[in-house]
Amino acid sequence: MDQLAQQLVNGVLIGLVYSLLAIGLTLIWGVMNVLNFAHGEFLMIGMFLSYWLYVMAGVDPLFSIPINAVALFLLGMLVYRFIISKVMKGPALAQLVVTFGISIFLANFAALVWTPNFRSIEHTLLSGTWDISGLKLSIPKFVTSIGSVATSLGLFCFLKKTRIGKAILAVEMDREAAVIMGINTERINSLSFAIGSALVGVAGALLATHYYIYPFVGGSFGTICFCIVALGGFGSIEGAFVAGILVGVVQTLGGYIFDPAYKLAIVFIMYLITVWIRPQGLRGW
Amino acid sequence: MLLVNNLSVGYKGLLAIQDASFKVNKGEIVSLIGSNGAGKTTMLKAILGLLKPMKGEIRLNGEVISGQPAYDVVKKKISLVPEGRRLFSRLSVQDNLLLGAYTVQNKDVIAESLEMVLRLFPWVKERAGQRAGTLSGGEQQQVAIARGLMSRPDLLMLDEPSLGVMPKVVSEIFTTVERIAAEGVTVLLVEQNVFEALQVCHRAYVLQTGRIVMEGTGPELSQSDLVRKAYLGM
Ligand SMILES: Nc1ncnc2c1ncn2[C@@H]1O[C@H](COP(=O)(O)OP(=O)(O)O)[C@@H](O)[C@H]1O
Ligand SMILES: [Mg+2]
Repeated sequence: MDQLAQQLVNGVLIGLVYSLLAIGLTLIWGVMNVLNFAHGEFLMIGMFLSYWLYVMAGVDPLFSIPINAVALFLLGMLVYRFIISKVMKGPALAQLVVTFGISIFLANFAALVWTPNFRSIEHTLLSGTWDISGLKLSIPKFVTSIGSVATSLGLFCFLKKTRIGKAILAVEMDREAAVIMGINTERINSLSFAIGSALVGVAGALLATHYYIYPFVGGSFGTICFCIVALGGFGSIEGAFVAGILVGVVQTLGGYIFDPAYKLAIVFIMYLITVWIRPQGLRGW
Repeated sequence: MLLVNNLSVGYKGLLAIQDASFKVNKGEIVSLIGSNGAGKTTMLKAILGLLKPMKGEIRLNGEVISGQPAYDVVKKKISLVPEGRRLFSRLSVQDNLLLGAYTVQNKDVIAESLEMVLRLFPWVKERAGQRAGTLSGGEQQQVAIARGLMSRPDLLMLDEPSLGVMPKVVSEIFTTVERIAAEGVTVLLVEQNVFEALQVCHRAYVLQTGRIVMEGTGPELSQSDLVRKAYLGM
């Protein structure tokens, strides 16, 4: 029973990170109907950025959060401006192939320049575990989750409260009506892609405090993110938030009850069952 | 104020507007009437810059605005209340109104505009926090008109404001249009509800399969054979 509670906590902790990642992906989808297959690789870039800032300049991953956010924001903006926007008018398949290409390029480029080895940051400001009446709480994982929730909530507030945030939501709901309001939707596209990427940058810095850093780390995160976005209902930010936690818990509990090797399979089975009952995902619940 | 000259607009080569010319003078209510598929919506979209004309030009106070992107045209104080209202259904009524003032930077001006539209539709005040999608058709239409006024337009274009509104609210909508015009806003009204549209307007144009086939004052058109047969069912 204690073990189960422990797994539940671990599941929520990783689930909150998934939520943040998936929110970035679903925001991009919602605004411009582009599925960014390179989302996981952007995360990888963020993790390596934190890693190198630590190795070369001694910057703790916690302090590289803002640097990562800005760097990935700019990366997202550039990728949108010079690649995605060029294929926006083309068929949906072209956008799919392009982001898929970016993801393969980034992972392999990273493997080439940084070798495929696993790395990790040895001494960060965060280490150790709290023991709360038998429940073990890894401090870096806990802080990573808190940081992820805070960032997700920050995005919610930005979208609901600011003029630009509302314009993003407006474009997501009805692009033509947004144009009628005088909103420059091309600029909103670029901004949303940049924000979605910046969220991943923040997650990358947080994960770098305790996670292995390697060129193909984006692959599994990316796949899980797609699952979460679909589960939450494409484009639904609230849906992605809830689905992220759900996937984290199911994955961890499932791995504990059955076998860790099956944890991804269990997530996909849950996904299949959900879309079988509710093809539109959790959205609207 | 608005001058449309020999305008042709098409979708993938199929012409929806052909060689249409008309004008709207400052302070007028001008109706553009025609049946379904005549090209009325296409005309309004072309004026706002959502569609690029294939031929001809559109001038606003002398300046050529055809070919400019919509986000620039809206800044020139033209506003469109689109067909089907197109409110942002998951946003609150208040947020919908604020998005109507998206091109306005000055917060005081926005607050003033908000007060102005609340005077026009006092009931909106209590419902400001409600999701726009939960309003009735007539309420949504009023919010859509209020949203269109939030940018303080000199020219307000309304695309079938009586569509999807309960019959007894329809006359209320037209009364509102008259009140807006009385406050000095020029109105271009697109309608299939020909009878009412001819009642409220100063002048009107008849659009048939993309061509303007007739123009005149409201009473002139109401008495013409073409309008009586084709649109008023007499
Ligand atoms: N997005 C579109 N793509 C192709 N054809 C369109 C599109 N919108 C309208 N049309 C066509 O253009 C013509 C005019 O349509 P529209 O301007 O919507 O008419 P109205 O508003 O008078 O009912 C119609 O024949 C319609 O089928
Ligand atoms: Mg129409």
